[in-house]
Amino acid sequence: MDDLLADFLTETHEGLSAVDEALLRLERAPDDAPTLAEIFRQVHTIKGTCGFLGLTRLEKVAHSAETILGLYRDGSLKVTPQGITLIFAAVDAIRHIVLELEQHGQEPEGDDSAVIAALDATARGESVVPAPRPEVKAEAPVEAAPIAAPIATAAPTAPRAPEAPAEAQQAESAAAQQTIRVSVEVLEDLMTLVSELVLTRNQLMQLARVSSDSQISVPLQRLSHITSELQEGVMKTRMQPIGNAWAKLPRLVRDLANELGKKIDLEMRGAETELDRQVLELIKDPLTHMVRNSGDHGLEKPADRRAAAKPETGRILLNAYHQGGHIIIEIGDDGRGLPVDKIRAKVLAQGLATEAELAQMSEHDVLRFIFRPGFSTAQQITSVSGRGVGMDVVKTNIERIGGTIELRSKEGRGTTFTIKIPLTLAIVSALIVQAGGERFAIPQIGVVELVRVGDEHEGSTRIEMIKDAPVLRLRDRLLPLVSLSSLLRLRDAPVGDLKGYVVVMQVGANVFGIVVDRVFDTEEIVVKPVAPILRHITMFSGNTILGDGSVIMILDPNGVARGAGITAEGRAEDQQTVTATGGIRSDSSTSLLLFRAGDQTPKAVPLGLVARLEDIPVERIEMSGGTPVVQYRGQLMPMVPIAGHWEAPESGRQAVLVFTEGQRSMGLMVDEILDVVEEPLIIQPGSDRLGYLGSAVIAGRVTDVIDTVYWLSHAGGDWFRGDRKSSSSAQKPRLLLIDDSPFFRHLVVPALSAAGFDVTAVESPAEALRLRDAGVEFEALISDIEMPEMDGLSFARNVRASGAWMRLPLVALSSRAEPEDVSRGREAGFTDYVAKYDRDALLSSLHECLSSPIAA
Amino acid sequence: MQSISETQRSSPAIAALALAEREDDVFLTLTVAGQTCSIPVLLVRDVLGPQAITPIPLAPPEVAGGLNLRGRIVTAIDLRKRLGLPTADNAVKAMSVVVEQGGELYSLIVDQVGEVIPLPSAGICPNPPTLDALWRDVSLSVYREEDRLIVMLDVERLLNIG
Repeated sequence: MDDLLADFLTETHEGLSAVDEALLRLERAPDDAPTLAEIFRQVHTIKGTCGFLGLTRLEKVAHSAETILGLYRDGSLKVTPQGITLIFAAVDAIRHIVLELEQHGQEPEGDDSAVIAALDATARGESVVPAPRPEVKAEAPVEAAPIAAPIATAAPTAPRAPEAPAEAQQAESAAAQQTIRVSVEVLEDLMTLVSELVLTRNQLMQLARVSSDSQISVPLQRLSHITSELQEGVMKTRMQPIGNAWAKLPRLVRDLANELGKKIDLEMRGAETELDRQVLELIKDPLTHMVRNSGDHGLEKPADRRAAAKPETGRILLNAYHQGGHIIIEIGDDGRGLPVDKIRAKVLAQGLATEAELAQMSEHDVLRFIFRPGFSTAQQITSVSGRGVGMDVVKTNIERIGGTIELRSKEGRGTTFTIKIPLTLAIVSALIVQAGGERFAIPQIGVVELVRVGDEHEGSTRIEMIKDAPVLRLRDRLLPLVSLSSLLRLRDAPVGDLKGYVVVMQVGANVFGIVVDRVFDTEEIVVKPVAPILRHITMFSGNTILGDGSVIMILDPNGVARGAGITAEGRAEDQQTVTATGGIRSDSSTSLLLFRAGDQTPKAVPLGLVARLEDIPVERIEMSGGTPVVQYRGQLMPMVPIAGHWEAPESGRQAVLVFTEGQRSMGLMVDEILDVVEEPLIIQPGSDRLGYLGSAVIAGRVTDVIDTVYWLSHAGGDWFRGDRKSSSSAQKPRLLLIDDSPFFRHLVVPALSAAGFDVTAVESPAEALRLRDAGVEFEALISDIEMPEMDGLSFARNVRASGAWMRLPLVALSSRAEPEDVSRGREAGFTDYVAKYDRDALLSSLHECLSSPIAA
Repeated sequence: MQSISETQRSSPAIAALALAEREDDVFLTLTVAGQTCSIPVLLVRDVLGPQAITPIPLAPPEVAGGLNLRGRIVTAIDLRKRLGLPTADNAVKAMSVVVEQGGELYSLIVDQVGEVIPLPSAGICPNPPTLDALWRDVSLSVYREEDRLIVMLDVERLLNIG
């Protein structure tokens, strides 16, 4: 049975149960409009899906039932007990067919004309008494009045099919119970509990090892065993196939291919490979980005491929599989490969390395420059559609979950990225080591091998010094070493007298050794975040409690590599270290797209706001009502000239920045796209020029930062009446903005920082509450109202109920600003309510909130 | 955690609570380098004897390390260092007062833990302007008793490190 059908069956079982219940309610209160609407919706859904799956017999019955329900709903037919009985009969007929479908994979032969005729007659207003008995494969007359309906009770009383009714019954409940819906929160709580249980178990085991009380050892073994199984079981509940994160890719690739005039085959292997849902969420975006990059930059046009003696159709291969406790994901293409020479030139041009250094570097090391922030070439961006390479963001996201990314590329043959990530984030296996008299945990994911050094008796390996830099000859390579005790500035860390063990680590492409005094064993540890006052120490990813009850710090291999200056991407990364609390701070680096329009002053817009860059032939730009528009992805996209006016040139191409939100797009016409840079965006609010937030020094030049809001509002008024919004926050005074839409976050953060606020933006109330619980302080909160999971109103209630933010000003930012919305907002605890997105109103509201003492 | 701390408040504490007009007038006194200080008793989660503390490298000097309190990791703050006082001789058996702040547990390492007493507002004076700037920052006010002065510490500010 294919998945689609299985889903349909599960859903329909649920739907039918709901209809049964609702019908009973309706019978008691025939005027209950919401119940009627619910029944109608359920039956309508079943009918719709049947049609889609080609289940004609089901569809007919459902259709007749729906017709009557429609008449009831409109009020053109009065709800009668007979009518309800008929609908029950129809529901039972549907249920029967569904059961057969489940057992045999196809609709049973049979005739439902009696039920249908009765339904249709009722629909015409004729009264049908008594209810007909639906003919269901010559058996099982579904009792015409199963008023005691819900499945379980109806079944034993209704005389069922002579052949194996019990079996049918079982089958039904089996399908209904194959899956149950459990809220993610429950699973998360379970996971936390299991983590604690693992810790306690470890502690008990440690105690048992010391004491020789053999009485407890047997039950303890058993406890240990069960704990492990429980841990595995709970982890399984959180596992999801990686295919879920891939589901949208075929469509994306298809669109991309059409748009770029390329032929692309997307092959996905190992879609069933499972990983923790938390990890899955975090890699979704990086994966999408990389596939887009492969199609966009990696693969050549058919003509170029022919010229290179390759098949016209390019191939993107996604492959996922398990290896050890990790999942490996490969994203490969058979395109042109990364242009090593161009990268070298760019490295030189950006002053990232000298020619001499470059000459020393292997091709592989040169390629890794693409992971540096802001490293992309203007040619790449303008060429078609990309949003720059953005590989640094991909890398940062993957490292944040303790993963690594590698790449292989051969010019003319293609590029393959390999991502290695842990299966789960909650419990990791770690190596316990000692340095400077203290113990530390090193996550196993980065550990390649252990080497014993400085032991004279063995005479084998010895640490050598080049000036003050310790190195180790390891087979055919020279391994740079970091002494853990000097790195962590522990007491008695004699330089030069290094001995003990070298933990050989791999972080990305960098291999290095950490010198420690002793190595104990490995232990399963539960990573707990460190206290907020310690989050600035990048060497540690958390702390935990060991089996012996002592507290131990967990080293962050990426942090250690950076701290020791080992990563090639090191310095650049430090600049954009994400603040300990996460979120976007307005003073951290932002990717900015530079372009020219109108005059010679460069203009900038945060790259995150721009959905795509297009280069449109002017012939395709048409005029509609005096406004230039273009047919874009099946819609008309309004085009706004940033230079103020636009006259269609005779021929040529027009560079366009495309902004999208939900289903809508608008294009901003510019003269030329210059570059993408990664820099802190410090806007000097200046001129009140319409359409500009102010100026900033970017890439050494004074640059106008455009006010996207202004330009978007020129594209039509409905831009800000979207159904979902976001919030942001900043400091200086510090504000927290909560908005689920990245678009609005990018919009509001620059506008507020230009107005002198320090803004932190998060995408969900849950994240905001985490910041609160972590003790992060703000002067005011700005929140969207319509958000998935927790909306702005519940967030406001939550904030007002307790915690450190109880008395902070709380401004709602919503596209719905009708008086009743405003009063509901105030009831929930919002201090003020601002229409989205009225910048001036928001600013004056903030100034008002922050200047007046807040009522207790 | 809450229930445990309840039981740890001994009967004098309960008596003190009964004496005080409002719960937030009740304080726990503690001594660092001979100076009596106080913190609101409602913030106190636990009082501990000497503990095994894991030092945290690269942490601010006031942070003594981490300790395990019934499975929760508590960040220990050396109150002497925090207040710019000389390090204690080894002879002093340090005590810890565990407080909760923003959902995290912190333990303040002090020389001695005193008693739970009400400090009615009548005896409270503002900080003398000559008080050391570091102390002025973490002291809310000073309470006058006949034979001693009690520095009323602001826990939130004490924990505002780094």
